[in-house]
This record gives sequence, C-alpha cells and structure tokens, in this order.
Amino acid sequence: MAEPTLMHPEPSTFRSAGWRGVTADWSSDQRAFKNVSWLKAMMWIFLLSDTFIFSCFLLSYMTVRMSTTTPWPIPAKVFALEIGGTEVPLILIAIMTFILISSSGTMAMAVNFGYRKDRKKTAALMLATAAFGASFVGMQAFEWTKLIREGVRPWGNPWGAEQFGSAFFMITGFHGTHVTIGVIFLLLMTRKVLRGDFDQERRGFFTSRRGNYEIVEILGLYWHFVDLVWVFIFALFYLW
Amino acid sequence: MAHMTADTPTTATAAGHAEGQQHPIKIYLLVWGWLFILSTCSYLVDYFGLEGYLRWFLILLFMMVKAGLIVAVFMHMAWERLALVYAILVPPVAVLVFMMIMVYESNYTFFTRVVLAMSGS
Repeated sequence: MAEPTLMHPEPSTFRSAGWRGVTADWSSDQRAFKNVSWLKAMMWIFLLSDTFIFSCFLLSYMTVRMSTTTPWPIPAKVFALEIGGTEVPLILIAIMTFILISSSGTMAMAVNFGYRKDRKKTAALMLATAAFGASFVGMQAFEWTKLIREGVRPWGNPWGAEQFGSAFFMITGFHGTHVTIGVIFLLLMTRKVLRGDFDQERRGFFTSRRGNYEIVEILGLYWHFVDLVWVFIFALFYLW
Repeated sequence: MAHMTADTPTTATAAGHAEGQQHPIKIYLLVWGWLFILSTCSYLVDYFGLEGYLRWFLILLFMMVKAGLIVAVFMHMAWERLALVYAILVPPVAVLVFMMIMVYESNYTFFTRVVLAMSGS
C-alpha cells in the first residue's frame, strides 16, 4: 500500500531503471475497485473474458444456423428421452438445468456460512455443490454417448443441417469442461475449509499466501458464472 | 462521506473484507425458488410447443430475468460499487454489436447459397 507515492511523487532519481523499473512502475498502487480485493477483481475480469469466449461460440452457432439452407434439427426431438414408452421432450436437459440451479443455491449458502466462519456447514454445502456438479457432468456424458450412438458427428447427423453437431459438441463440451474444473476446485477448497486453513491463515501449498473465507466467495463467482452460461445455452441452443 | 476517506487505504480494505458479502439466507432461498419457477416456465414454453415471436420473446425474457437474478444476488453485483459493476457489465454490450454484424453477414451467406442452388442445378 504505497499510497504516499501518489500524493508526493518521489524525485526520479529514486526510481529504479531497466526491467526492475518496469515492474515497479506497473505495480505501483493505483486501485480502481476500492472495496474489493484484487483476487475478486481478477476473478471478475477473468469471467468477463470468459463471457466473450462463450459469446463467440454462441454467435458462431447463430451464424451457421441462420445461413444454412438445410433445416436445423429440432432440439425438442433430438434431446427427447423415452420414459415409460412415451417420448418426453428435452427432459434430460430440464433435469440438468434444475441440478445446476440447485448447485448455485448451495454454493451461495456456502459463501454465506463461510463469512460466518461456520467451517462444517461451509464444507458440507461446498461438497453438495460439487456433487451436483459431478452429476451434471455425468448426465452430459450420458447425453453425448446417446447422440454419438445415434450418429451425431461434428460433420453431420441423421436429421438435418450438418453444423448442428459441431455447434453442439463445441458449446456443451466447453461448458462441461468449465463445470469439471469447478468441481475439482470445489473439492480442493472443501479440503482446505475442513482442515481449518482459513481460520488459522495457513499458507497455501501453491501460492504460499494466507487464505481467508473470501476464497469461497471467489470460487462461488466462478461457479455461478458456469450456471449463468448454462442459462444462455439452455435458452439459445436447446429451446430456440 | 468525504471525511471518511481520511482513513488509510489499508484499514479501509480491512474493514471492507471483514464485512464481506453478508446477506440473510432468506434472499438466496427466494432467488433459488424463482430460478426454479422461471426454468419451469421456459421448459413449458417448449413443452406446449409455442411458436413464432411469442416463443422467442418468452425464451429471451425468462433467460434475461434468470441471468439478472444470478448476477445481481448470487454473484452479489447488486451490492458492489458502480465502478466494478460498469467495468464488468458494460463491455459485453459489444457482443450485441458483433451479433448484429453477424446477422447481416449470415443473411447474405444464406442469400448467396439460395442463388447458387437455383442457378447451379
């Protein structure tokens, strides 16, 4: 927190030259986000960049779907499941949506209990979130297997426009990867919470920094973002 | 408020951290419930096979409300300072511009494909 340098600029003779000078100048203290830590600010900026990645996927999906002259496969039929002899449209996707929303709910409460320093409840809710996330990925694997067996490939499918497969695998695959990474980090952080790392300010094995319960909120931001992206995929890819 | 800034930046951040984002559990449960209801609604749009502009309008409406609830409450954006809110929420507007460009582009591609199909056969 070298705030004084902002108000009373040091004579230039005190500034270091060369690469040391470059790092010193760029790391001089100038905060734009006053009441959030840099950890949270950086997570938000990462999520912003991730927004653009998913936007590009969804925009390219829109572009191929609008420009193809062959009809687009009807998602309600493609993703229907046979339950008790009747075809229920989109049922698996609906279940996956509810699971992801539930995981967001448990995560939000984990953050809350984290700030109350309730170690056990935080860990339990994070574990529940991870379990929901894992079951989501499992269902996605089931869905992929089913579609691949039915002949969907990135270059074609039995029902219509060839671009359907590539858009589907790219968008849901990238989202599933995000969920998987989230589950891994949830499990790692659950272990830290349970062990009391954030109460004893134990140093992390990788960054050697002292953590606190804000980490749970930052992980929560990532997890809610994954849910947020699914809201858009559900609306624009599955329902459109 | 101006005299409050006399605090050194260090204590100000420490206080900010201590507060964290503490909100009553009730509001999370409420949003959770709403997300369930809205998801059910958007599923029902498909289930009842609504078509045309009504379908698209409803899908987009439920999508935006759900996204807004998640960002505002679950991600605590509603309680952050405007500097952060604008820094994160304004840039994605560029995506809408990109979308309009690509709509224009894909209409043209579609047009050339139709023309080619008619003249080529």
